[in-house]
Parts: sequence; structure tokens; C-alpha cells
Amino acid sequence: MSAVAQPQPVPAPRRRRKIARRFGSAGPLTYLFLLVVAVVSAFPLYWSFVVASHDNAAIAEYPPVVTPGHHLFDNIRRVFSSGEVNVAFWTALGNSAIVAGVVAVSVVFFSALAGFAFAKLRFRGETVLLVTVIATMLVPVQLGIIPLYIEMIHLGWVNRLPAVIAPNLVTAFGVFLMRQYIVSSVPDDLIDAARVDGCHTARVFWHVVLPAVRPAAAVLGLLTFMMTWNDFFWPLIVLTPGNPTVQVAVSTLASGYVEDYALVLTGTFVSILPLLAVFLVLGRQIIGGIMRGAVKG
Amino acid sequence: MSTGEVTTPAAVGVRRRRLVPAWVRRLDVKVSPYAYIAPFFLIFLAFGLFPLGYTAYVSLTDRNLLNPVSSFVGLENYANLLHDDYFRNAVVNTLGIWVIATVPQLLIALSLAHLLNTKLRGRTIFRMSVLLPQVTSLVAVALIFTQLFSRDYGLINYVLGGLGIHQIDWEAGRLSSWIALSVMVTWRWAGYNALIYLAAMQAIPDELYEAAAIDGARPFRQFIHVTVPMIRPTIIFTVIVSTIGGLQLFTEPYLFQPIKQGALGGSDRQYQTVAMYLYEKAFGSAQFDFGYAAAIAWCLFLLIAVISIVNYLVVRRIRSAEA
Repeated sequence: MSAVAQPQPVPAPRRRRKIARRFGSAGPLTYLFLLVVAVVSAFPLYWSFVVASHDNAAIAEYPPVVTPGHHLFDNIRRVFSSGEVNVAFWTALGNSAIVAGVVAVSVVFFSALAGFAFAKLRFRGETVLLVTVIATMLVPVQLGIIPLYIEMIHLGWVNRLPAVIAPNLVTAFGVFLMRQYIVSSVPDDLIDAARVDGCHTARVFWHVVLPAVRPAAAVLGLLTFMMTWNDFFWPLIVLTPGNPTVQVAVSTLASGYVEDYALVLTGTFVSILPLLAVFLVLGRQIIGGIMRGAVKG
Repeated sequence: MSTGEVTTPAAVGVRRRRLVPAWVRRLDVKVSPYAYIAPFFLIFLAFGLFPLGYTAYVSLTDRNLLNPVSSFVGLENYANLLHDDYFRNAVVNTLGIWVIATVPQLLIALSLAHLLNTKLRGRTIFRMSVLLPQVTSLVAVALIFTQLFSRDYGLINYVLGGLGIHQIDWEAGRLSSWIALSVMVTWRWAGYNALIYLAAMQAIPDELYEAAAIDGARPFRQFIHVTVPMIRPTIIFTVIVSTIGGLQLFTEPYLFQPIKQGALGGSDRQYQTVAMYLYEKAFGSAQFDFGYAAAIAWCLFLLIAVISIVNYLVVRRIRSAEA
């Protein structure tokens, strides 16, 4: 464990110039390879769009069609009309938005709070507790699903949204990310000044730290929203197809209509679309967040 | 502001918070940090650690969802597991898929990170493109690739047909289904791990490369002798995280079979993973056998712990082997 227990704050100024000096410019082979990787990365998503925009007759053609057709809206209508397929797709989208939204806000708030304590406050056991937080990332808590399910029965939350919200209200990744950001981006002077002005710790957090961490909070919120939106195993267990998240709804679509690839991949495509849109707009910030949260040296 | 404060000379022009007694301030400084980190630990305890620990207890009972009155059966569930061919099959499948999914994935990630760590035009575009699969949900990955790998209409079989390889029934065979699943896992995770490695590579001091260059090390040898040992902690971290995730593989194989109910993992259970078998026993086939499923979960936990430790010990040797 000692290897992961030594998180280093990310140096604030990027070292673009030094890296350039170190390796020189990328050669044509590098570009070619990266281009291939980019195509391989994007192709399956493009493919889901292709299948979603055809009817099943076109999909069964030989050789396969590789360009988009014009049945996309027909297919989308089929996914959303619960008469034809017995999947509550609107409910699913709404549920996922609620769950992912609540979880994202909660994770950002509690992570900023704990990150602030670990970055700027001094208390006994600080190091041990921080290491504990990081170590929890290595605990496969998903294996506790049976007692967790029993817990949910006792709480009366089976098939209700709190069941998929409550276990995700905090993440170790979030605490770690926020700690790293606050260490490198919130000057001690700012906090000391607030204290001299008579702020107690909670006010320092609210008026100084929280406004200062806004960029990192946005990234963490987005990442958390994505992870929660994509969560499957636990929602599959604790929710039913009648009150699903979008992932459960899509999987229900797939288990009920196996050979109807057009329908299944239209549902899939719709379920990816919101995240894809966010990613295309804010990809740079999201990448920055992932790299900042990486455990290094 | 109250009149009392204004008439007190010491408080004139001083904001009210200054009047907080010293012991309150001391309490604030000493105790409040614990209050700020408490939510994390409390929620983790309630919905993470406690259920995991309680699994050990449930595994010693014959607990069943339909019959809440359970009795203590000792190690009976574990004894039954030892003779359970389906469980042994699931362990073999899980380990097999994990190896052929993790090793290429991390090697691809390393080389990808190395290439991204150069002066590139369009850096952001390339980084975004490697992260794109990570945005895609596991469900979407499974369903899209299931279509791509389908026997009759799948694009992959069509392309392979052009190379003279005929109609592989990916889902039906043991090795072929493992390969298909490992492709899904690799596609989704290689780019993400590459970015983690890239972050670590950017933290390596320049001096090391300069020294290596003076010693006459070519770029490839610099990669092997400087880059890899320097990002060793990150490699250990990703290997362990991939182990934990990979050994719990569920969604991709669960959605790979034509009839999804029951999580059987194919007609011969040729790709049923341990997590799927756990699901089958607890929630899948109307057995709701929580005690037995808890025993499966606890065995999987031990398996993950043992393999993680072995991985840690192996990867830790990188530096000494290269020195």
C-alpha cells in the first residue's frame, strides 16, 4: 500500500515546454498510430448510430451498410412508445437525471469539505485518515451487495431511488481530487486572512474555499454524473424494469427484443447521447480532472 | 447589531464574531476537521464496509430472501462451494478473461501514454479521443459489441470473412467468447489508463532523461529504464484497480448472451464469471439463496485480495529488475 500512499500535489504550472524539449516533436508514425486509435475509439459509437438509423432489414444486408440511414426517428419513437416495447424509457431518463444529479452535487460538496480538512487543517491522525480514504478505493464494496440489499429491505428502499443514491453520496476519488486541488490552488494566506477577519472554520470553507474550488468542483461533478449515469450492477439488482435507471431500461430492451438490433441500439444510442454531448463540449476539463486525480510518484 | 455590542468600547468597529470565547475557537480548530471528514467515513461505513463485513456472517447461514428466518450452518456453504462445478467453472472463466483483458490493455495504455507524452499538434483532440470509450456506459459497450460480434450480421465476422476466416460464432465458444469480452474491456479502459500513466509521466524530472541521454540511452531504452521505473507506483495502482474491477466482471458477459435472464453466461456457461454466478444464486434464477451467494462473494473477495497482493509483489520488482 505504501506505493499509493504518497500522493504528490500536482505542480501548478504545466511543463509543456520541458516536455517538448525532452522528446521533440511527434513523428508521422506517432500521428498515424494515434489516428488509428482515435478511429477505433470512435467507431463503435458511430456504429451504434448507424444501426440506430436503419430498420432491421437493412442491418441484415450483406455486405453490411456502414453509412447512416433515415429511420432514426422512427426507431426513437418505437423506444419511447411504451405500447410497443414495455420499457418505461421516459421514466428511466428522468430517474437517471435525478439520481446522477443528486449524487454529483452531494459528492462535490462532501468531497470539498473533506478535501479542505485534509489540505488546510491540522488534526491528529490526518495522514492515517487520508491514507485510509485512498485505501478505500481498493476495497471491492460491490461484493457486499447481499447485506446491502437486506439493508434496503429494512429501509423500505427497494425499487426506490434512494437505494441507488445513498451508497454513492461520497467517493474516495472525489475527496482525493479535491484535496489535491485545494493544496495547490488555495493559498494559505487567503485562509489566514479570513481567520484574522474572525471567520471560524465553517465560514472559511463557505466563503473562501468553496468559491475557489469552483473549477475542480465542476469537473468532479461532471465525472461523478457520468459514473452514476453509467452505473448498472446495483441498479439492476435493487430497481425493477417498472422504475428503472436508463441503463436498466436499455438492458431490459436488450433482453426482451434480442434480434431487434435497430431498437436495442437506438435505446443504447439515446442513453449515450447526453454524456456524449457534455463530453464534446467539456472534454478538455474532464481530462484535466482525471489526470489531476491520478495517483503519482 | 445589538445595542450591547455598540456600547462596549472593545467591540466598536469589530465584527460580532470576534466576541466568540476562546474555548469555542479552540474547539473549532481542534474538532471541526473531524466533522468535515465524518460524512465520507460514515457513508462509506454504512453502505460500503459494513455490508462487506456482514457478508461474511450471512455466508455462514442459510439465509434466503423468501425465508427471513435463517439459521447458522457454519461452513456448510463453503464446503458445498468446493464441490460446485459451476463455481469452479466461473473462477476459471473469470481468471481467463481477466488475464487476456488486462495484460494487453495495460500494455496498450503504456505505449499510448508514451506517444501522447510528445509534442503533439491537436493534443486535446487525441486525448479526448482516447477517453471517448470511457464515457460510454458498460451496458452500451456490451450491446454495441454484441452486435458487432454477432455471428450472422456482425461487422467483425464480415471483415474477417474478407481475410478468409469464416463465420466465427463468438458467443458459442469458450476462448472466442473470452476474446470478445476482453476486446470490450480493453476498448473501454485502455485510453483511461493511458491518461493516468500520462499524468504520472509528466511528473518525471527532466534531469533523469538528460542523464540517460548522456549515457547514450536511445528513446526506447529511456522508456524502459527511466519512464517505466519512475511511474511504477502508478502502474501498481492501475494493476490493482484493474484486478479489482476485472475479477468482478459482470455487465459485459451478462449482456453478451442472447437470453439475458439468469446470468448463465452462455449455453455451456462458457463465459459465466464469478460475479454472474453470485447474481444467479442471489437474484437470478428465483432461488434467492443469499447464504450461498454470500459465500461466493466472500470467496471472490479473498481471490481479489490474494491476486492483488501477488500483483503488487510482482510489479514492485520492476525497479530491482531494471536496476
